[in-house]
Amino acid sequence: MTIVNLGMPGAGTLGVPHLLDEDPKQSKKDFSSDMEPRWCAGCGDYSILAAVQGFLPELGLKRENIVFVSGIGCSSRFPFYMNTYGMHSIHGRAPAIATGLATAREDLSVWVVTGDGDALSIGGNHLIHAIRRNVNLKILLFNNRIYGLTKGQYSPTSELGKVTKSSPFGSVDRPFNPASLALGAEATFVARTMDTDRKHLTTVLRAAAEHRGTALVEIYQNCPIFNDGAFELIKDREQAEARIVHLIDGEPVRVGADKVVARDDSGNLAVVAAKGADLSRVVIHDAGADDPSLAFQLSRLEDPTMAHMPMGIFRNVSRPSYDDQVRAQIGEVVTKAGGPATDLDLSGLLHGKDTWNVG
Amino acid sequence: MSIKRVERLDSVVIRFAGDSGDGMQLTGDRFTSETAALGNDLSTLPNYPAEIRAPAGTILGVSSFQLHFADHHVLTPGDAPDVLVAMNPAALRANLGDLPRGGTIIVNTDEFTKRNLAKVKYAVSPVEDGSLDGYHVHPLALTSLTVDALADFPLSRKDKERSKNMFALGLLSWLYTRPTTGTEQFLKSKFGSKPDILEANLAALNAGFNYGETTEDFAVTYEIAPAEMRAGTYRNITGNTAVAYGLVAAAHLAGLPLVLGAYPITPATDILHVLSKLKRFGVTTMQVEDEIAAVGAAIGASYGGALAVTPTSGPGVALKSEAIGLAVTMELPLVIIDVQRGGPSTGLPTKTEQSDLLQAMFGRNGESPVAVVAPQSPGDCFDAAIEAVRIATTYRTPVFLLSDGYLANGSEPWCIPDVARLPHNPVIFATEPNDVDANGDWVFHPFLRDPETLARPWAIPGVAGLEHRIGGIEKADVTGDLSYDPDNHDKMTRLRQAKIDGIAKTIPNLVVDDPSGDADLLILGWGSTYGPIAEATRLARQDGIHVARAHVRHLNPFPPNLGEVLRAYGRVIVPEMNLGQLAMMLRAKYLVDVQSYTRVRGLPFTSVELASVLTEANVNLSGVTR
Repeated sequence: MTIVNLGMPGAGTLGVPHLLDEDPKQSKKDFSSDMEPRWCAGCGDYSILAAVQGFLPELGLKRENIVFVSGIGCSSRFPFYMNTYGMHSIHGRAPAIATGLATAREDLSVWVVTGDGDALSIGGNHLIHAIRRNVNLKILLFNNRIYGLTKGQYSPTSELGKVTKSSPFGSVDRPFNPASLALGAEATFVARTMDTDRKHLTTVLRAAAEHRGTALVEIYQNCPIFNDGAFELIKDREQAEARIVHLIDGEPVRVGADKVVARDDSGNLAVVAAKGADLSRVVIHDAGADDPSLAFQLSRLEDPTMAHMPMGIFRNVSRPSYDDQVRAQIGEVVTKAGGPATDLDLSGLLHGKDTWNVG
Repeated sequence: MSIKRVERLDSVVIRFAGDSGDGMQLTGDRFTSETAALGNDLSTLPNYPAEIRAPAGTILGVSSFQLHFADHHVLTPGDAPDVLVAMNPAALRANLGDLPRGGTIIVNTDEFTKRNLAKVKYAVSPVEDGSLDGYHVHPLALTSLTVDALADFPLSRKDKERSKNMFALGLLSWLYTRPTTGTEQFLKSKFGSKPDILEANLAALNAGFNYGETTEDFAVTYEIAPAEMRAGTYRNITGNTAVAYGLVAAAHLAGLPLVLGAYPITPATDILHVLSKLKRFGVTTMQVEDEIAAVGAAIGASYGGALAVTPTSGPGVALKSEAIGLAVTMELPLVIIDVQRGGPSTGLPTKTEQSDLLQAMFGRNGESPVAVVAPQSPGDCFDAAIEAVRIATTYRTPVFLLSDGYLANGSEPWCIPDVARLPHNPVIFATEPNDVDANGDWVFHPFLRDPETLARPWAIPGVAGLEHRIGGIEKADVTGDLSYDPDNHDKMTRLRQAKIDGIAKTIPNLVVDDPSGDADLLILGWGSTYGPIAEATRLARQDGIHVARAHVRHLNPFPPNLGEVLRAYGRVIVPEMNLGQLAMMLRAKYLVDVQSYTRVRGLPFTSVELASVLTEANVNLSGVTR
């Protein structure tokens, strides 16, 4: 009988071959392909690439068992720069392709690299369904709130009123909040981090890698050409201090040095002064809560002015993953039948129950 | 008991027709199975409405099942029924036009109520007003006969009425001397957990059989001798089941896991149903969020080294087009099963058509060649699926298998192949570097081609030293690096085409059936028109017409001798259930003035219709001086 993994620590890479003790230690260099990255100077994608290449060695996985699958867009060039297996697919479809790959191959660590247009516009359907199924995929959503490769149109995460080449009078589309969207699809792991905050980014990537099932990591990423400074308010040290809502599991949710998130009389969340706050109303973050409501409420603290911006892991719960269950169903049937099908089994199938002989 | 006369017939066409809730498909299936067990050759054609439950008693809700069985080789489900079983006025109204005068009609008079007659605009019951005088009519109160036979059962009247199809089946089984033991066994396995329903169905079946035996309504019973068929073990099989089994067999023989990415779509869904049960054969079926995800999941699985398949119909192919192009350029094996239906758009979802040939050929952006294979009969779907897998895995290419609604749901006796004799097609994955770089070091080049097939290595993740990236952007020849070089793109475009063209080297020559050897008229078809064309040819030859016949299985590339065959005849007729798509391809490629004969009625050709096309062509031909 095949066991469905329920997600103990490190479960994210269970079934994927690890390096042996005698194997040489991997370094960032091992994960860099010989292709020179061709993003614009100052693009946030460089920092993310460096963080991912720097972090992967610590997983201790065999490099040949790691696959990066991407869609279309600036960020989707990512696999070319990784010295792993990789596929640069078509616009929006990476989660679907990765779902097939992850289901067919238990021994692979499958990563999806996508952007806000790729994941949330043309590929929105595949994203929510991958999340709903909880396929064992790590989805890195580079969110720069703009279409970069097509040279600057508003994206599904661009703020309302955004003036771009395709919205000279201001965009009238309401943006998606990717974390809220993922939580609405009952994602088992949702996090938000920042391209330039290497430490935070790496912490989140580590947790995502350990998670069994779909991990959606939204990474705010600066596009220096078409949407420069989009996240400046939460990057600038002074400004950020007061704006970032720190999501740390098991701790009160703090905003800056002197504020906390607390429930008001109607149960809604509000940012209030820490001093004098009713301690019974201060929200203690519980990323492992079975019910996604609190995580969703926290995701709604974000507003267009970036007055408060939650960063960190919104949700991290254990649920059986799709691919594990698909394999378990097959494994159970095959085991019960005494092993893989033989020619005799095939002959039995072709005959069925209702035959007759001629001659 | 009256003594009945027994009459021998060589062939019979029966059509069971009723409301879509009357169980006509099941009745037809069971009669088919009984008939197959007797050794008759047969062919079936189910015809059901697109609506699951159209309003009861209306023409829209009529579902029918036609079965042609004979003591000789049967090529089609029959042009017109000899016997019509009409379970209600709508079934009579919808089908009477197809029944030649002198045909037999069995009607369930219980359903011929004022209300039901009015629903289909019969002012008076046609059973009583003499309008059926030209037919042999057996007006039977099938519903009340069934209810009476089940008087002692602890079931509601409604439940008892439900067994009327079994009563009708029993009666027809008696009339055509069919055994009912197979149906009894079938009912036992279907209703084993519901003993009351099981007993009622068995009782209704027996009551129907006995009714025929005892009533004065039927003076004659019929026998149809077994057909002469190739020795072997047979079963009845539908096209969709045969496709599914062909895929399982091909995967088993190649030692690959089978992964199906699917989204439900009529008339292809049964392939998903059949395969989802076959976990014993390691089959993974993924029912995903849409057609694009279905082909996407298949491409992902193929990249991972599985035999990847996506089954669909025309509208699904339209959605998958971009992803199929990706598989073309990444050169990964992929089998796309298109069970064609009437189009464009939603079209006629439950009816048959051959109008996706050009979509399969050209329905993608860029120069995007794929292989195309078409089965010719329900049983042939098995072999065609194996052939599609052979091409896909050998040449690392998407392959279209063009089935259609007629093949998918139609059935025929199938001589079960010996597994040991099925074609083995071993697949070799890349395991080591395959080239030497400028420095003399061993490297892996994902687009270094096999000189014979022009196929690139199938290099799946998990092999150290072969890490590489592939994708939709043009790749440099050999190395697979990204390349925007004009000459490289020209070369790669031609290489991809040459690879598909080269498949022809492994395709058998087209065989022409020309017994007299002096025909100047060729009838050429593809796909499911095989049966009607072959039968029409037989009829024409009986009339002394010299006609040659050939059927194309490989639509891309074509068999090597196709051009030669076409040029050898003064006139070539190409019947298609579209507006001439193969004809267009033949004219374009061979500059031969083939003549199209086309119908898009959602139904297969009749053999009589095609025979008259041949007769007419022959008359015209004789006036031609060459």
